[in-house]
Amino acid sequence: MVHWTAEEKQLIASVWGKVSVEECGAEALARLLIVYPWTQRFFSDFGNLSSPTAIIGNPKVRAHGKKVLTSFGDAIKNLENLKVTYSKLSELHCDKLHVDPENFRLLGDILIIVLAAHFTKDFTPACQATWQKLVGVVAHALAHKYH
Amino acid sequence: MVLSAADKSNVKAAFGKIGGHAEEYGAETLERMFAAYPQTKTYFPHFDLAKGSAQVKGHGKKVAAALVEAANHIDDISGALSKLSDLHAQKLRVDPVNFKLLGQCFLVVVATHNPALLTPEVHASLDKFLCAVGTVLTAKYR
Repeated sequence: MVHWTAEEKQLIASVWGKVSVEECGAEALARLLIVYPWTQRFFSDFGNLSSPTAIIGNPKVRAHGKKVLTSFGDAIKNLENLKVTYSKLSELHCDKLHVDPENFRLLGDILIIVLAAHFTKDFTPACQATWQKLVGVVAHALAHKYH
Repeated sequence: MVLSAADKSNVKAAFGKIGGHAEEYGAETLERMFAAYPQTKTYFPHFDLAKGSAQVKGHGKKVAAALVEAANHIDDISGALSKLSDLHAQKLRVDPVNFKLLGQCFLVVVATHNPALLTPEVHASLDKFLCAVGTVLTAKYR
């Protein structure tokens, strides 16, 4: 069981409250595909991923980014119960999507950079530390049902 | 992993824009790394790691200087950092995983101070560059 202090919960809520899930999600997924191009292997049916411009403008990338970050919001609402909340999603990523959990860690790190650029100096070291913990815990929960 | 001509150009331009702030970025990178990844503090039992520590500032300056040096000799990073590579292999022996953690924090510092600089393309190039630096520094480990 992961323990969250009141300060950590505050830091998570205050950042999340100001995030556009659609914009942030789209940007995080696009950057994942650009910075770590091998992650494109999961998206062969997304159409044109041939350049950063193509990836950023790709409507399927935007839509899927929004979907992923919306799900991240569910994690935030269920911090005390994350493994259960993500149980089915974990099975899906293992059995149907065949995604190496390392990719969850990569996306988590990219999300942190997107948030850092968005919040600039408000994304303090304490804030980053809390969010690095959060993305790590989310990645762990998503990998939990792998077999 | 190979740095393309575009990557090299992006990295040089980025460090050009960071300019005189590199030392400050170095210190903040360490501060963030110690906060987000407390296990990294195990390499600094001899340091005062409190906020504003002069030792952290001094060390951040060194780290930044090495990154700047690598960027300025981007065609031969292993040559430029050869002595530092020896030092890490023989004396410091920082576990290789930690270079990624430092790299992540450096990118966050760039993002917080200069978001416009960190376009997806520059982000990709800087990430590759930081990986390359880590690879050089651990190359002689065994």
